[in-house]
Amino acid sequence: MKHTISVLVENEFGVLARVAGLFSGRGFNIESLSVAPTLEPDTSRMTIVTRGDDRILEQITKQLNKVISIIKVVDFTDEEYVERELALVKVTAESDSRAEVLRIVDIFRAKVVDVTPKSYTIEITGAPGKIDAALVLLTPLGIKEVVRSGPVVIGRGSKGVSN
Amino acid sequence: MKLTGSQILLESLRLEGVETVFGYPGGAVINIYDDLYDSPIKHILTRHEQAAVHAADGYARTTGEVGVVIATSGPGATNTVTGIATAYMDSIPMVIITGQVPTALIGNDAFQEADICGITRPCTKHNFLVQDLRDLPRMIKEAFFIARTGRPGPVLIDLPKDIQVASMKFNYPETVKMRGYKPTIDGDERQIGKAAQMILKAKRPVLYVGGGASLANADQELLKLAELLQVPVTTTLMAMAAFPGEHPLSLGMLGMHGTYFANMAVTECDLLVAIGARFDDRVTGRIDAFAKKAKIIQFDIDPSSIHKIIRVDLPVVGDLESVLTSLLRQLDEKPQDISIQIEQTSAWRKEISGWKAKHPMGYQASKSVIKPQYVIEKLSELSNRDAIITTEVGQHQMWAAQFFKFRQARTFLTSGGLGTMGYGLPAALGAQVAFPDRQVIDISGDGSFQMNSQELATLVQYRLPVKIAILNNNFLGMVRQWQQLFFDKRYSQTCMELPIDFVKLAEAYGATGLSTDKVDDVETVIKKAFEVDGPVLMEFKVSREENVIPMVPAGKGIHEMVLAS
Repeated sequence: MKHTISVLVENEFGVLARVAGLFSGRGFNIESLSVAPTLEPDTSRMTIVTRGDDRILEQITKQLNKVISIIKVVDFTDEEYVERELALVKVTAESDSRAEVLRIVDIFRAKVVDVTPKSYTIEITGAPGKIDAALVLLTPLGIKEVVRSGPVVIGRGSKGVSN
Repeated sequence: MKLTGSQILLESLRLEGVETVFGYPGGAVINIYDDLYDSPIKHILTRHEQAAVHAADGYARTTGEVGVVIATSGPGATNTVTGIATAYMDSIPMVIITGQVPTALIGNDAFQEADICGITRPCTKHNFLVQDLRDLPRMIKEAFFIARTGRPGPVLIDLPKDIQVASMKFNYPETVKMRGYKPTIDGDERQIGKAAQMILKAKRPVLYVGGGASLANADQELLKLAELLQVPVTTTLMAMAAFPGEHPLSLGMLGMHGTYFANMAVTECDLLVAIGARFDDRVTGRIDAFAKKAKIIQFDIDPSSIHKIIRVDLPVVGDLESVLTSLLRQLDEKPQDISIQIEQTSAWRKEISGWKAKHPMGYQASKSVIKPQYVIEKLSELSNRDAIITTEVGQHQMWAAQFFKFRQARTFLTSGGLGTMGYGLPAALGAQVAFPDRQVIDISGDGSFQMNSQELATLVQYRLPVKIAILNNNFLGMVRQWQQLFFDKRYSQTCMELPIDFVKLAEAYGATGLSTDKVDDVETVIKKAFEVDGPVLMEFKVSREENVIPMVPAGKGIHEMVLAS
């Protein structure tokens, strides 16, 4: 089962390696990981998407909590949350397909962020499923390159995750 | 007044109460060693950095204090890794200080550069690369705090050379403030209350005690608990000395080479109380056959140990000394329930006595050839009550656990988790440094001994009267045993073809060497060794193809023991 975990960490030397090493060393899998500083410059927040049964997830959470540089671990699986991912897609767009690409851009409320005579670069934001769907439609037109950020999540409601 | 980084390091160590460090100098720590020259801190120069770490580990296991090591960058640092991993697996509090190339050179493949923080990340509780001198006092304070609190473990501080030389005004912090580290100490009273209820209801209870009980100094509480309720106690390898071996309630060790009655008791019990034990595969055997008739209570300081291997019915997280004290207090309020409990468990104790009578721990004695088990029995009989025993890894280690009767906590030092050959001699060295007046005995095999035999030099240099007992079978005996039982006696690379003259080896270092192959001389040799006021190597040429029995074959339940070789 897929789980999305938020991890607040000390923004310090080697912290990413500690988290990544823990996953690889204990045979846990990382589907995606995104990390950036929070409002407080000494704290970063990671969003990790992983898979496993309840026992594995319990171990992942407990092992993460044991890491000294980790301040807080929240498993969003049973919570209400908003999930967003960003994808940049470079699509082949020559005379006959340019209009079709733009229609898809419109349908998915995406944006063209770079144009050449032979291509469009598109920015798509949304839940990972929406990005998957857009990619399915764009593939027949010729995708040259895709970059995905991995999802970030935030809980619904007024309460925030704090350290 | 300004102090340099290396002076700040030594002053901080002093403020942490460190009296002795183990180490080995080199280019990247030469400033530290220069300041050490004038420092009140005693330094023990081992002959290998791995031995320095094991020695600090032995020091830590006997005293309960944090063991401290200094090693240089590059190969000095990488040589510490096995020692650090050994300490990590057994949760031993330690601080390792490694020199590092100057900050400006880090990442340049400089001479004697190794990314020791990267290398030790998975085998330390935490590690620090000091990038700014101003962080150093805080990092040392945190390192010691992390090493000795919660589930203890080794912490490494990597200290670049330019930071050792830089100077600033020194202030040692009085407290630590870490957002990500707040170990639980007291257990949840309600959970402990439930545990008391479960224990009072059980008809066939067993205490399963692990290394955590030793680390938490909970041996007295454990003894009280066992005696109060008359509950039988089995210990893991890591906890052999946490409960007296000759106590009527002692079942000895459980698991792969555990006693028949310990393994049967765990298989047949209706309540298993795990105290600082982590359900290691060498303990459980086939996991779905382990204690399957029992409800399980688990007391542990580390939340990640709970439900890791086996789903338990009642977990209690906390420091074991505190948790057991609180459990005893709750039980003390119910004297009537306790009498009823003792009454209703008497049949269980009788059943266990039956198992003890049916298959007691033993071996086939011999008059013509020295049996290794006999040597252990004699060491147990002739050594002092407070003697400290260390072992290497292999058959001799298991025989030591099976046949030595431990009498006092923190007297059995062995590499349980990692299983590091070459641990015992340097660990004995460290223990002897901590307790110069106590008997310290390294029980060894001929294979393991040769992994760190250079430490004979350290023993002689510092006049450390460690006694070494080598059970020499000219084999890597444990692997040979497996080859005999499971690989059709194909002894691939386990015969140490070249017989070593261990007496001459000892003498070459200036130690005393004694050797015998006669059963009748065993006692004389041991007595003589104990009388010598200096390090002694005793070699016992033992029966070569003796096996460690009982044995639970891989993949079997612990009740499916092989009882005869």
